[in-house]
Amino acid sequence: MEYGFTIAAYAVAAVLFILSLGGLSGQESAKRAVWYGIAGMAIAVLATLIGPGWGLSGVSIILIGLGAAVGYQLATKVQMTQMPELVAIMHSLVGLAAVFVGFNADIMINNMSALFVENGGVLGAVAADGYTAVGLPKDIYEGLSSFGQLIAKKTSVEINILRIELVLGIWIGAVTFTGSVIAYGKLAGKVDTSANKLPGGHLLNAGAAVLSLLFTIMYLSGAGSWTLVLLTLLALFIGYHLIMGIGGADMPVVVSMLNSYSGWAAAAIGFSLGNDLLIVVGALVGSSGAILSYIMCKAMNRSFVSVILGGFGGPAGEQMAVEGEQVAIEADGVATALNEADSVIIIPGYGMAVAQAQQAVSELVKKLRAKGKNVRFAIHPVAGRLPGHMNVLLAEAKVPYDIVMEMDEINEDFPETDVAIVIGSNDIVNPAAQDDPNSPIAGMPVLECWKAKQVFVSKRGQGTGYSGIENPLFFKENTRMFYGDAKASLDKLLPMID
Amino acid sequence: MKIGTPKEIFDGEARVAMTPESAAQLQKLGHECIIETGAGAKAGFADADYKEAGVEVAKTAAALWKAADVVAKVRVPDDAEMKRLRADQTLISFFSPVADEAKMKQAAKKGATVIAMEMIPRISRAQKMDALSSMANIAGYRAVIEAGNNFGRFFTGQITAAGKVPPAKVLVVGAGVAGLAAIGTSTSLGAITLAFDVRPEVAEQVESMGAEFVYLDFEEEQQDGSASGGYASVSSPEFREAQLAKFRELAPEVDIVITTALIPNREAPELWTEDMVASMKPGSVIVDLAAEKGGNCKLTVADEKIVTDNGVTIIGYTDFPSRMGTQASNLYATNIRHLMTDLTPEKDGVIDHNMEDDVIRGATIAHAKEVTFPPPPPKVAAIAAAPKKEAPKELTAEEKRAKELAEFKTQTRNQVGLLAVGGALVLAVGLVAPASFMQHFIVFILSVFIGFQVIWGVAHSLHTPLMAVTNAISSIIILGALIQIGSSSMLITLLAALAVFMASINIFGGFLVTRRMLAMFQKS
Repeated sequence: MEYGFTIAAYAVAAVLFILSLGGLSGQESAKRAVWYGIAGMAIAVLATLIGPGWGLSGVSIILIGLGAAVGYQLATKVQMTQMPELVAIMHSLVGLAAVFVGFNADIMINNMSALFVENGGVLGAVAADGYTAVGLPKDIYEGLSSFGQLIAKKTSVEINILRIELVLGIWIGAVTFTGSVIAYGKLAGKVDTSANKLPGGHLLNAGAAVLSLLFTIMYLSGAGSWTLVLLTLLALFIGYHLIMGIGGADMPVVVSMLNSYSGWAAAAIGFSLGNDLLIVVGALVGSSGAILSYIMCKAMNRSFVSVILGGFGGPAGEQMAVEGEQVAIEADGVATALNEADSVIIIPGYGMAVAQAQQAVSELVKKLRAKGKNVRFAIHPVAGRLPGHMNVLLAEAKVPYDIVMEMDEINEDFPETDVAIVIGSNDIVNPAAQDDPNSPIAGMPVLECWKAKQVFVSKRGQGTGYSGIENPLFFKENTRMFYGDAKASLDKLLPMID
Repeated sequence: MKIGTPKEIFDGEARVAMTPESAAQLQKLGHECIIETGAGAKAGFADADYKEAGVEVAKTAAALWKAADVVAKVRVPDDAEMKRLRADQTLISFFSPVADEAKMKQAAKKGATVIAMEMIPRISRAQKMDALSSMANIAGYRAVIEAGNNFGRFFTGQITAAGKVPPAKVLVVGAGVAGLAAIGTSTSLGAITLAFDVRPEVAEQVESMGAEFVYLDFEEEQQDGSASGGYASVSSPEFREAQLAKFRELAPEVDIVITTALIPNREAPELWTEDMVASMKPGSVIVDLAAEKGGNCKLTVADEKIVTDNGVTIIGYTDFPSRMGTQASNLYATNIRHLMTDLTPEKDGVIDHNMEDDVIRGATIAHAKEVTFPPPPPKVAAIAAAPKKEAPKELTAEEKRAKELAEFKTQTRNQVGLLAVGGALVLAVGLVAPASFMQHFIVFILSVFIGFQVIWGVAHSLHTPLMAVTNAISSIIILGALIQIGSSSMLITLLAALAVFMASINIFGGFLVTRRMLAMFQKS
């Protein structure tokens, strides 16, 4: 591990990674920031390959090449609307990799102690000074791989700490893995999206966590690697159950939370490998994911802790009955209103992404703006299935980002707005959040689109949305329902705008 | 009550305050009507028409003034008429309480009631009696027609077998009622119409009429017309300069200029200076609707049409509504009739001069032997005031300091508290953990700290790219796998190889996707 230049390269890479994250504060600097990230990663991998990872580096390069090909395919083929799924499934890879690396560390410890026994010593034995570890004979030591050497040098205290670290890495990695896979399934519509919990709910999670702790203690006291396997299985279960218990509408928080977990896993592994860069980057990713989750939670008025522990949502009491009737409208009616309106606010949601309607929306905006109308977008912080999901989709459709507003910037403007168009969003425009204390989303800040003179809701049908909560907005007097697939509806509407 | 309308004495005045149609309506209110013979002749209404509508025809003005309880007319009464005005008679007429102050006092002294049509407040309820608007509407229309009459080209652009005709360019200054009417007329004739007003909120109305609003590059907070009852008020010198500069720029381009800028009870502001006139093309026309109040252009001669040395025609007529006597009389008579409706709430021919009523109170300038001008502000605001931008509460310097100090103190307390707790925790770990661990631990703590500091600044809209980037760099785990892959144990090599493979998928996929996303963000 004594490679001076590797450490130097790691320092450079760490700085690049920090610059990369910091650069994301603006649209323009973000483009540069990605290059910093790429450069940082390239330097880190190269330095490792040349330095401590020299062994079998040919295989490594081939594997990286293969991974690159797969990654390239994934990244270029994916639709922008499937971005959340992609990010989720890639998290699972990081989680799984962390589990493997953790196991390797354990195997290596076992191998080393066997080696020590062969050579008449004990792994982790301390020399007379009570500080330096008693190592292997020089010729054997030099025959070891760099990872082996690392462990061979450790004292017993260090070995124990190493074990704690690798348990943490494996445990978090496993939770991330199954959690991400379930999140992917939910986002891709392959797993039921509603909040499902096995009987026992939180107790089951808590039980699994307690058992994990028990196995950790057993493992640390030398019970053997089987405890580690059981522990991993428990963690896999927790990851699965945790995310299954979260409704689809809360996915933005889940995704950023898993992001955070994968970072912590990397940091834990970094400790066990004594690799500072892993620690630095893992901590960066972990804290950034945590902050992002925190921002999301604040946007939804939910407690951060309850999100991290999973399984929030569900009605708190009798919900207000919704009175009235949903009044449908056809494209020509919407067109007339839009032609007459001076100011329009569009509220996109996941429905727009599902229907791939962002191009049509962009087209509509272009037409309306050409006529001198004031058209803006109102983006709720948790619109879509990823933080910032809508911004990305609108950017893809070439909607200029300076007319895309955040909730706080635009919420006060609704009373002076002629027409608000809700495209495929539901919970984020639900007045029950303000009116009904028993609603599951009570207290969540929402876009007050019902204050506009007229509201059109583009929606597939009468059913409730992702969260299964009835939306009183649809029953308001100034609301008209524009049923149908968002893209089809907009395509019908477009020729009528003149 | 008997409502009478004398013949207008003012030279060239063609309007009349009562038409056969309005007379019929007035009679339904229980009133009787009387008109001086020949009063409607110039507006196209014969005495016979009035008789047919049941209106008594008086032979002389004197007889009419004597007979009528309410005299409705158009122009301010002249001295002879003022003499005829008697106690307890009500006079309804255009009557400027500022310019005709002496007459107002005289009327009040006599005990007559005077309702000035100019003073009808601009509230929605009173629009039906707002004679200024109805007359301004006619003036605006007529101004364009007069301009066209003196303009040697088409308004609309045409491409004909005989050659190409460029469209006329019309600038309307002041988008009040007259200005908007002029804009409407001008655009429907096919001219390219520009319009300017000191009140930016009328831009919408201007654009709705099909004209282009001329914006100034001017930062100062522009006037809120709602504060002054929907009328323009005096603008600052800086604003005036910016405005004149814009006009100077436009002068050589425009063919027709229609100025309608009036400020209530003031001399008309000079907006079209002599040098602008000089820079206009020969054959251009200026119609100055403010001629009566001195004109928006200093070259304007009231009631006359002049041609400048460089061939620019300046029309300073002040009698545009009168030039369309029939139309103007119809509208004015209807305004009067609506006013009478408000004055006779019971429809029984008895006038109830309700001084509590905003409209009646506002328009009455002399009543019960007293001058009742100016009126108190109306109870109902003319136009909903533009919502005031909530100004952050101005704190005094001391309050500010105190607040800052308090904030600073709490912040310090929080930070020191967090530092103390955090420091104690790190210390506790350090007591048990070996030094080699602590070296890494410091790196870890610092990284978490940097992460927190950096991420708060990330733009909201970039959260998805942020996730993609952090996802990509979280595959740094590949380093661990790379270090392990060269191990002597087959199992380790296998697992590490798998980890390398998966992490590298993530590296490339993550960065590529981020780049794709960011490339899409663009500014308009």
